[in-house]
Amino acid sequence: MFKIVKREEMSEGNVILNEIEAPKIAAKARPGQFVILKANEDGERIPLTMADTDVKKGTITVIYMVVGKSTALFKTLKVGDAYQDVIGPLGKPTHIEKVGTVVCVGGGTGIAVLHPITRALKEAGNHVISIVGARSKDLLILEEQMKAASSELRICTDDGSYGHHGFVTDVLKEILESGNVDLAVAIGPVPMMKFVSLMTKEYNVSTMVSLNPIMVDGTGMCGGCRVTIGGQTKFACVDGPEFDGHQVDYDELMMRLQAYCDDEKKCYNEFCMLEE
Amino acid sequence: MAQETPKKVKKEKIPRVAMPEQEPEVRARNFMEVPLGYTPEMAVREAQRCLQCKKPTCVQGCPVEVDIPGFIGLIKEEKFTEAIRHIWGKNSLPAVCGRVCPQEIQCEGRCIVGKKDEPVAIGNLERFAADWEREHGSGDLPPRAEPTGKKVAVVGSGPSGLTVAGDLIVKGHDVTVLEAFHKPGGVLVYGIPEFRLPKAIVAQEVNFLERLGVRVECNAVVGRTVSLDELFEEGYDAIYIGVGAGLPRFMNIPGENLIGILSANEYLTRANLMKAYKFPEVDTPIPHGKDVVVLGAGNVAMDSARTAMRLGADRVRIVYRRSRQEMPARTAEIHHAEQEGIEFMLLTNPTRYRGDDKGRLRGMQCLKMELGEPDDSGRRRPVAIEGSEFELECDLCIVAVGSGANPLLTESTPDLKLNKWGYIEADPQTGKTFKKGVWAGGDIVTGAATVILAMGAGRKAADSIHEYLIRGW
Repeated sequence: MFKIVKREEMSEGNVILNEIEAPKIAAKARPGQFVILKANEDGERIPLTMADTDVKKGTITVIYMVVGKSTALFKTLKVGDAYQDVIGPLGKPTHIEKVGTVVCVGGGTGIAVLHPITRALKEAGNHVISIVGARSKDLLILEEQMKAASSELRICTDDGSYGHHGFVTDVLKEILESGNVDLAVAIGPVPMMKFVSLMTKEYNVSTMVSLNPIMVDGTGMCGGCRVTIGGQTKFACVDGPEFDGHQVDYDELMMRLQAYCDDEKKCYNEFCMLEE
Repeated sequence: MAQETPKKVKKEKIPRVAMPEQEPEVRARNFMEVPLGYTPEMAVREAQRCLQCKKPTCVQGCPVEVDIPGFIGLIKEEKFTEAIRHIWGKNSLPAVCGRVCPQEIQCEGRCIVGKKDEPVAIGNLERFAADWEREHGSGDLPPRAEPTGKKVAVVGSGPSGLTVAGDLIVKGHDVTVLEAFHKPGGVLVYGIPEFRLPKAIVAQEVNFLERLGVRVECNAVVGRTVSLDELFEEGYDAIYIGVGAGLPRFMNIPGENLIGILSANEYLTRANLMKAYKFPEVDTPIPHGKDVVVLGAGNVAMDSARTAMRLGADRVRIVYRRSRQEMPARTAEIHHAEQEGIEFMLLTNPTRYRGDDKGRLRGMQCLKMELGEPDDSGRRRPVAIEGSEFELECDLCIVAVGSGANPLLTESTPDLKLNKWGYIEADPQTGKTFKKGVWAGGDIVTGAATVILAMGAGRKAADSIHEYLIRGW
């Protein structure tokens, strides 16, 4: 069993932070890697990229948005409760090196995944400009942490309630125009990663994205997480989760994420009715 | 007075005792086990058919050399407890083997009775003995040798890993099994369906090993959570790798990433390990196809097809590029599939998938094949018939065309020597790899094979590991 030692609600209760006791995983994990969590005996295996690790405390931190039955079930877990299974660290870690100026673009819970990567890139000696976006001020997460992890932080909201009124790509364009960006990292909703990648391609800036397709085992055994990268099929769980953003077939990924859409809705609605 | 010589009384010929089964039309829609098992009367009757050969050929056909006439003789005398104990001496997973071994090409294939009549139902009898012990037995454990103080890590809890664990624990070693999934059993749990091998039986076999003292650690992905060298640093004296093949093969034809095309590994893992057939009672979903195509004709293909039928398909078709003769599945599985209404489209090969605007599978284009000259496997090579393209409707396709070597562990262990396909090089007699203190066996050495061959490899490796722990490399 993997005990929850800290729990926070963010983004109006739609985003939950769990710090979980998992000393073996904490000791091994590096930025960009993920874990698979399963709440109980009948639970689903849910892959989540780690937002932080603490080797001394032997804990890992995940931050997830409540989108379906399984994450709604995770949300019911309190401090002192435990996940039945946590498996990891899985996937390849982010390749961190000093390249010069890096733009880190994050949206939604993608910011949680972006945070340790941003920190590591800055620690490696890069000048890191981060752009984070949310629909509104109240939905933005990890502002302080991202500020501390970056050299500069830019904020965007869709409704203009905070920072730049508009999308992350508006600010990204401005920075790319100024020239001398060596690398972009984009983690967030698939459409965001798609449009960031389309834009950085115009400016010839290499771009890394982190993908989170449907997965079962996370060890390369089932192939459920197939993604097309540069015309070739890759397994996100073992070949990724990070890929060259300019090579990803985002439209296929978006379609594949809808595979169980109807089942998920049904299951979620039933669960919500029971909870009420 | 001429005395009439009495006619030689011919011994009454007992026909092979059939094992009762669920009716095909009933079982095709439920996940309960298909064959129901022998009663003690049936088992004794079938045991009487054994000739008790002095030089039993059946034993030569068994990869773990179970003393077949020995245990059958005990069943004949109604000594069921003794019978299972006799089997345990050679096979720690009899309830599994009795159900899933390809007996027709092993023990039963060599049975002398089978030369003129149907062979003795060795598999059914083995299953009977194991089930009888589970339901009525004392639960007594076999004796265990004095502790040696040596620690062994077994990577993977499938049939070969469990065999190694069982063999080494009774020899007095300290054994820990590391499993990547959240439940132990490997392919017995994620691969073979409930209706062929109930998961409660696998759990019981694992529990038996735990009662003997084996520690089972789940959620341990060797190669990620921990490396082989770290295991040695933790104090293990020897490591056995039995991680299985575990890399699904796809057809590599256009459209393969449409929604509704799954590897058999994914489909069966959802159904078996995650129990998705109970969705939404459990949280993992599984696609419910109405018109299902399964590519391939091995045991995994049969399992996938029969699972699809049980999940409510109107029609399930096996599409296979060779002919019936070359189908690699066990005869019994093909027979069961046919009884349940699975159709076979032989000498047919898909060339591309077709989807709708939502990216969901709607059909595939296939080619008709004919058999040409034999290939490397000795089977006649299927050759496409030019201009024979035709369309096939389907809304779910399960790809069961075999598996390759999963590189997760081997990539993180550069000093293991691999062959050109990525499988681990190991001595076929001992299972020794090129890395000191490390053995390997089962599918990660041979490529995808059977449960019993993996167990046979585990048996040899366990003997070699024991010798190493006592005498050195």
